[in-house]
Amino acid sequence: MKIKEFASENISLIGLVILMLLVSIASPSFLSVDNLLNILRQTSINAVIAMGMTFVILTAGIDLSVGSILAFAGAVCASMIGADVPLLVALFATLSIGALLGATSGSIVSFFGVQPFIATLVGMTMIRGATLVYTEGRPISTGDYEVANAFYEIGGGYVAGIPIPVIIAFVVFALCWYVLNYTRIGRYVYAIGGNEQVAKLAGINVSAVKITVFAISGALSALAGIILTARLESAQPTAGLAYELDAIAAVVLGGTSLMGGRGRITGTLIGALIIGVLNNALNIMDVSSYYQMIAKGGVILLAVVIDRRGK
Amino acid sequence: MAMLLELRHVSKAFSNVRVLQGVDLTVEAGHVVALAGENGAGKSTLMKIITGIYHRDSGTMKFQGKEVQFHNARQSMDAGIAMIHQELNLLPALTVGENIFLGRELVNRAGRIKWSEIDEQSRFWLKQLKQDIDPREVIANLSIAQQQMVEIARALSMNAEVIIMDEPTDALTDVETKILFDVVDQLRSQGKGLIFISHRLGEIFQLCDDVAILRDGEMVHQCPVSEIDQDGLIRHMVGRELSEQYPYVTAKSAPVRLQVSQLEAKGVKGVSFAANAGEVVGFAGLVGAGRTELAKAIYGANRPTSGTVEIDGQAAQIRSPIDGVRAGIGYVTEDRKLEGLIQSQGLRSNMSLTGLFQFSSPLGHLDKKAERVAITEYINAFSIKTHGIDAVVSQLSGGNQQKVSIAKSLVPKPRILILDEPTRGVDVGAKREIYNLINDLKTQGLCILLMSSDMPELLGISDRILVMSHGRLTGAFEHNDADQESIMRCCTVA
Repeated sequence: MKIKEFASENISLIGLVILMLLVSIASPSFLSVDNLLNILRQTSINAVIAMGMTFVILTAGIDLSVGSILAFAGAVCASMIGADVPLLVALFATLSIGALLGATSGSIVSFFGVQPFIATLVGMTMIRGATLVYTEGRPISTGDYEVANAFYEIGGGYVAGIPIPVIIAFVVFALCWYVLNYTRIGRYVYAIGGNEQVAKLAGINVSAVKITVFAISGALSALAGIILTARLESAQPTAGLAYELDAIAAVVLGGTSLMGGRGRITGTLIGALIIGVLNNALNIMDVSSYYQMIAKGGVILLAVVIDRRGK
Repeated sequence: MAMLLELRHVSKAFSNVRVLQGVDLTVEAGHVVALAGENGAGKSTLMKIITGIYHRDSGTMKFQGKEVQFHNARQSMDAGIAMIHQELNLLPALTVGENIFLGRELVNRAGRIKWSEIDEQSRFWLKQLKQDIDPREVIANLSIAQQQMVEIARALSMNAEVIIMDEPTDALTDVETKILFDVVDQLRSQGKGLIFISHRLGEIFQLCDDVAILRDGEMVHQCPVSEIDQDGLIRHMVGRELSEQYPYVTAKSAPVRLQVSQLEAKGVKGVSFAANAGEVVGFAGLVGAGRTELAKAIYGANRPTSGTVEIDGQAAQIRSPIDGVRAGIGYVTEDRKLEGLIQSQGLRSNMSLTGLFQFSSPLGHLDKKAERVAITEYINAFSIKTHGIDAVVSQLSGGNQQKVSIAKSLVPKPRILILDEPTRGVDVGAKREIYNLINDLKTQGLCILLMSSDMPELLGISDRILVMSHGRLTGAFEHNDADQESIMRCCTVA
């Protein structure tokens, strides 16, 4: 009974372990330290976005605008670095823009009663458009001031042998875990997803909480934009296309219910890792990128079906 | 006279709560049977069993002499039993004709809907009701009374042998009520059988041939209307003595805690009253009288349009539940499932939700240890039967869920507690526990407003009873001078 319970509670973790075992049998080079660190670094961007997405989905919402916010924030950040704006100022301003864009979607959802799907679909389209206008459709260079070199460290640097994006993702994870499990607003997020009417009648400021979760999602998308721009040493206007799908997939693979109210941030981390391992494995096994998409979709479907049957 | 419908020893329970117990009911051709009983006596359940929406646990039902077992509403409709529901069952975006023939569309051989025929027949049935309504009109554009007439036309158009009318006159004006009664007379002379449910006792004597009285899920009396008078009818409806089931504790004199003046809100019209600390004020009324609306207006769930609320002598501006909680009001909602508890989540997160600020720092850090201690105390004090502090709420019995719901509103330590139907769907033993709980809270000095449709319960534990009808206060009784018949009269004041 205990084992069965553990299994159904941690099905995504078990899935990840099995996947890693299978891949390491098929390709021995998979388990090398270099490759594992590589997977973590590749996963970190999706993990950061997916953790913000988890907040939104826990309130029974969805955020389709994450990829567009990533691109816009990345472009703005790149031009600030290119203009020799002090690093901390540039980072803070970029995160604020992300939070503000998210909060705008949240306000539209809260005050005009627009479905999150529609509100963020509009956001996704308009922010992508704004990015193309702002960049005139061309990549934005981060320039060659001194500050640019410090900026690149965010994407490509190491601390004690661990890539900085991985460290950032882990800090974000720890913060999200704390907020969801040990704060009032975390409890409110679950309550609103569980039953919005009950939450309202319990005297919770539902609008404020919804705006906050979209702001968190926006800020984390901007953070992902910073990491990507620093890694590529320039901002692409088409960056982050379809990233919302990988983020949603990570959340769902992690066992969070799209109906809201149920799920864990740990699950999202594992979900992001499953997608990362899968991408990496298909690459080192030389599977063509066309087939990779089919394989990825299949694995997600399988995981979700197993999860449903366990319920 | 031929027997159309004959029920014998029908019983029904919902998750161990007995709703109907060995009920007999007969409907003869050419007779109108009034079904009387208090709210919660089991009338609706009985009708839903007849129409196949619910399944009886035991007993038999004969329709036109044949044993029948309907599995859904469609089967009873096809057999010849039509029901006019209390809450309108029309699709507001469709036309009158589409609604009347919903699910029975007249089609030609190719499957094409014959609209002209639908229009013609709709017009015919509406004419029977002396209604000049265009069959192509959209339902949403009609008045409530007209919608009710469409609903009745729909039932007539089925050519049913037995027609059940659940509070059909509730939404009708006098003119339409007269028309409806003429139609009922017509149907009677055509040899149809009718079951007529109404809270307006006058209508029963005016219209019906027989009366059947349900009380607490048992059929206590069925007889011709001529053999009973209004007092006898009420006596049978309310029946029992107030026994030990209602432990009453005398209230101590205390200062006024809540003063409501000329409160206006959705469904509430100019309500004024005062309630003291350490007092239970009961609110009686029929379904839809405005008690829930009053509770929600005081708590802030419905925003009042005018009027004032004072708590302990200070004006309170309450525009949302956020203000309500802050002003020291606890509200236990009537609808546990949709408004009271998050069914998919645990006891702990449900119980601490309203009072979460008690366990958290100004910045929002949650002290889970303090929370666990407090919640465990409530679970023990209220003897909530659960296998853990994080057990999922939906797995608890109705009584235990209700206790969780009450505890939830007590965690923020309110000064006023509003209980809306706190014992609905709760079995007798748990009811008794909830009454004791109410008495405890009252002696601790809480001001309690108790909205209940269970009359003996109101009489048993309230210090005062206020009666509502159509959104207004229509009567006030002290504990010692309150009796069911006088209250019932105030309930039916138009």
